[in-house]
Amino acid sequence: MSSKPPRRVIPIKVEPPSSLSAADRAAVLDVCARLKDIPGALLPIFHAVQESLGYVPKDSVPLIAYALNLSLAEVHGCLSFYHYFRKEPPGRHVVHLCRAEACQAVGAVELEAHAKGSLGIDFHGTTPDGAISLEPVYCLGNCALGPSMMIDDDLKGRVSPQRFDALMSACRSAAVEGRH
Amino acid sequence: MNTVLPNAVKVYVPRDAAARGVGADDTAQAILAEARRRNIGIDLVRNGSRGLLWLEPFVEVATVAGRVAYGPVTPFDVPSLFDANFIHGRPHPLAHGRTEELPYLKNQERLTFARVGLTDPRSIADYLEYGGYRGLNAALQMEPAAIVASVTASGLRGRGGAAFPAGIKWKTVLGAPGIQKYIVCNADEGDSGTFSDRMLMEGDPFVLIEGMTIAGLATGATAGYIYLRWEYPDAKIALDAAIAAAYADHYLGENIRGSGQRFDLEVRLGGGAYICGEETSLLESLEGKRGQVRFKPPLPALQGLFGKPTVINNVITLASVPIILDRGADYYQHFGMGRSRGTLPIQLTGNIKHGGLVERAFGVTLRELLYDYGGGSLSGRPIRAVQVGGPLGAYLPESQFDTKLDYEAFAEIKGMLGHGGIVVFDDSVDMAAQARYAMEFCAVESCGKCTPCRIGSTRGVEVIDRLIAGDNAAKQETILRDLCETLTYGSLCALGGLTPYPVLSALNHFPEDFVKPDYQTQLSNDKARTSA
Repeated sequence: MSSKPPRRVIPIKVEPPSSLSAADRAAVLDVCARLKDIPGALLPIFHAVQESLGYVPKDSVPLIAYALNLSLAEVHGCLSFYHYFRKEPPGRHVVHLCRAEACQAVGAVELEAHAKGSLGIDFHGTTPDGAISLEPVYCLGNCALGPSMMIDDDLKGRVSPQRFDALMSACRSAAVEGRH
Repeated sequence: MNTVLPNAVKVYVPRDAAARGVGADDTAQAILAEARRRNIGIDLVRNGSRGLLWLEPFVEVATVAGRVAYGPVTPFDVPSLFDANFIHGRPHPLAHGRTEELPYLKNQERLTFARVGLTDPRSIADYLEYGGYRGLNAALQMEPAAIVASVTASGLRGRGGAAFPAGIKWKTVLGAPGIQKYIVCNADEGDSGTFSDRMLMEGDPFVLIEGMTIAGLATGATAGYIYLRWEYPDAKIALDAAIAAAYADHYLGENIRGSGQRFDLEVRLGGGAYICGEETSLLESLEGKRGQVRFKPPLPALQGLFGKPTVINNVITLASVPIILDRGADYYQHFGMGRSRGTLPIQLTGNIKHGGLVERAFGVTLRELLYDYGGGSLSGRPIRAVQVGGPLGAYLPESQFDTKLDYEAFAEIKGMLGHGGIVVFDDSVDMAAQARYAMEFCAVESCGKCTPCRIGSTRGVEVIDRLIAGDNAAKQETILRDLCETLTYGSLCALGGLTPYPVLSALNHFPEDFVKPDYQTQLSNDKARTSA
């Protein structure tokens, strides 16, 4: 593997993607410039782009591919492999609801039905007011205090349907500040 | 914030994510505010969790007689705690007496988790005070081969689930030629029913750093990565802080404690793929690729990360190394039974009254854990089944609760101990739904490289649906068993290879759940509802 000659760099002109705003484009380019030389840079770059924009836009793929001298297929293939990276902008808060066995044992299936019903969306959806995106997750490491969910980076345990509703209204009333 | 007076009382409120998930931050704030209001000097320490998770937020106060515990403490309880003079350990309806005397803790054998909950995980001084870095100091005086021999003699086997002897892996890497070698910590703890890695990384991150540094000295590796799942943001913060502190005090970097030895360490985040807990797909992911399983050979020990010799071990495996080097292989080896030596941090989860972390030597029975520690089900209904070893572990009925926790004993009953997670279900569980979920999970998480897993899992869901609906049931069962055999023997890694465990154990032990005449109607109703 390591004895292979280094890849030949064929310079290509990157067309500015039409739907990426100047600010978003600058953010992606900044991430690429910072991280492109670390070993195994692709996942750290995806994380940094998502951290900064809330998702990894389709139109960032050519920029990332260019920075790392990878094909579009390699970058797209890697991006689409991982559940965590969003292809669409999220709502102001992202709610990850645990579907795994330990939470099932204490009512996660009922909570899931309640969450979908009360928010009026399915998994991977965002509420019409743009406040909340709902995602499934397979274990949050809170298996003794389930059902569990995560609101942005905050873990919540013992989430009853009532507690879910209370947390969602707190999200909505705090939504004025927003995440971005 | 509050000024720490020399005689200020130490009050502990965990910073552990599980504690925060039930309001520990609010409790901590309330205690600070109340102390200020009453003009009482306290020194609030955000420690790791003691592992008595049903009592979180679990507040402790340092008294002359030792720490006294209160819990679960909500902000609402705080004024009454001060009224009762809890800062001097006085009685209160939420008081549990001295923490050390609590049977749940007293009857444990905490080696790997010795410090978790005792120290401030951000403080290297605390770590040193409680015996930290003694293992590294010992290792710095030893030849690499002697360190490896010590780990081998301890009998330590991989705690991630595969139970491969750690010493043998290390020996292979030590003997492998190469200038650049790596230590990779598998912190992609994706098994449902497990949280010991998270608790350890949040509660005592230095012990993992020390273990990885020792692994580096033992094998000649100069760089390490902790591959952490994104679902653990609190662990990321704890590890980053501890790594920075370790660099500042020269426990990491180019000249570890003046020895001339180098070890660098950084944390990398995963992308939410369960399969990346499999060692070769983890390496692919670290290299910046799709997390697809590699063929073996070559072994990662010879051609691992970026094609270089690599030790890849689970968090608990690496975190168990410092005590082995500190107290000696014999000390560690003395715990356990048969070929399972040392201790296992067991996680009691799901529908259990006293859920939490129990570290015990191998050999404890499921029944002791479920009833003596766990106190039975949370719902108060009879325990019908437990799943041990994560989503790929077998469902065990009551008749097997006397099985001892030992790798070989579990293999004998066609189960596995895995990462030590025990998920409890009461008698309201539908085992056919659990079997179906196991196949569905495999379909969602399959990396797609091998056919049995990629396609077999989807076919598995369909066959189980037909079986439950009673659509030529005998034939469907034959097909399902046949499919499971293909998965077991034809899959490249444990995901496809072990998915039959939960499926077949559910079918074998709970066949009555697989007969539902009105299932077809129920399925089409569900479909109609979700598409509406």
